[in-house]
Amino acid sequence: MTLLDLAIIIFSAFLLLVITLWKRKSPAKLREIPALTQLYRTLGLSVEEGTRLHISLGHSGLLNASAGSALAGLALLRQIAERTSASDRPSVASAGDPLLGLLAQDTLQAGYQAAGVEELYLPSTGRVTGLSPFGFAAGAMHISQNENVSTNIMIGHFGPEAALLTEVSDRENVPVIGASDDLAGQAVLFAYTQDALIGEELFAAAAYFDAGPMHVASLVVQDILRWLVILVLLGGAMIRTAQFLGLL
Amino acid sequence: MRAATAFAVFITIATGLLMLGSYFFSPLIFIRTLFLNWAIILAGSATLVGFINLILVHTDKVRRNEKGSVYSALLVISLAVTFLAGFVLRPDHIIMKAILAGIIIPAEAALMGILSVSLLYAAIRLLRRRMDLTSIIFLITAALLFLGSVTIPFFGEIPVINTFAHWVTQVGALGGARGILIGVGLGTLTTSLRVLFGVDRPYGGN
Repeated sequence: MTLLDLAIIIFSAFLLLVITLWKRKSPAKLREIPALTQLYRTLGLSVEEGTRLHISLGHSGLLNASAGSALAGLALLRQIAERTSASDRPSVASAGDPLLGLLAQDTLQAGYQAAGVEELYLPSTGRVTGLSPFGFAAGAMHISQNENVSTNIMIGHFGPEAALLTEVSDRENVPVIGASDDLAGQAVLFAYTQDALIGEELFAAAAYFDAGPMHVASLVVQDILRWLVILVLLGGAMIRTAQFLGLL
Repeated sequence: MRAATAFAVFITIATGLLMLGSYFFSPLIFIRTLFLNWAIILAGSATLVGFINLILVHTDKVRRNEKGSVYSALLVISLAVTFLAGFVLRPDHIIMKAILAGIIIPAEAALMGILSVSLLYAAIRLLRRRMDLTSIIFLITAALLFLGSVTIPFFGEIPVINTFAHWVTQVGALGGARGILIGVGLGTLTTSLRVLFGVDRPYGGN
């Protein structure tokens, strides 16, 4: 890695801190994302109707490049656990990686603690359903079919095997809210779900559930960095074009 | 913040910073190697914990005679048999290889087969589910890409569609994919920073 990479990380960290301090004072204004609006509604309905939410965190490990999506999934799980902890049927989280499974259990417990009902927490609500992508999907399908699930929330790293879980949900008339950092997984979720979360919307989910000012600040930092990337790409293209035309 | 949580936060931030630093300052590389080795050992131990979790959840389902408990029983029996066989015979034994080649790989291949039918079905139902411009573009592009990847007997490739499919995969789709991946990269960066700042604590604590 170069010093430029280090500069980008330090710049992003600085921006994140400054914008967090600013966002503490001013309320967040977020654009509407239909899938997250639906998810917000689903949480309330699930508690009222006494049904269960199944949060599937994908099969990403924490020692590889897709760990970011797993952490984003855990951040959302934390909010969901806190809001649905009082439900008759507690939310169930499934993971396709043992470390992610352990963190899912810890996150669920933290959500119950925050809601003041730690005694209701069941360790069996955080599960490792399989260690290969298809094994994980098969185990998650079993939860969706047999545990009175009202909504399947898929957030994390999913490849094409996401279609197996969405197919089962479709057959059981269970709505799916899905987001993946994998392109094949995103295509599958786009085809199968009413409102899919595309690209970086996966990382925005927790901010829409009042996870705190730093989550909102993360979205602003992402926007600023995205504009910088766009400017660099356009600038690079213009310089190359000018070189090609002999102007430079 | 409880002392245990504060300690966990301190360990996470210190480890994260050292790992990040090791990518920029070569004297710290040995720390990265050391931590990664520890992480691999922990991941191996976590697999055993995951295995026990899987058995506990499914034996409980069998005990309560819940819906689908037959599958749970089947899973527990196969898991126990495979684990014991692997433990006693070791993974290189011919029986273990037969289990892998004769059961696990064909089962996953069968799921892959089901997947292709499921995706076709989803594509057909897409417009019933969501009738908008993006869905129409998605379906037309997918259909043209399929046509662009086949050849007509005695004629060969379909000229215009093949060129179009090539353009879509090499320019349109590639550009879009890169855009999405840049967005995912930026999201990963800010998520990692939140963990480094101790705001996101998936390891427990409020």
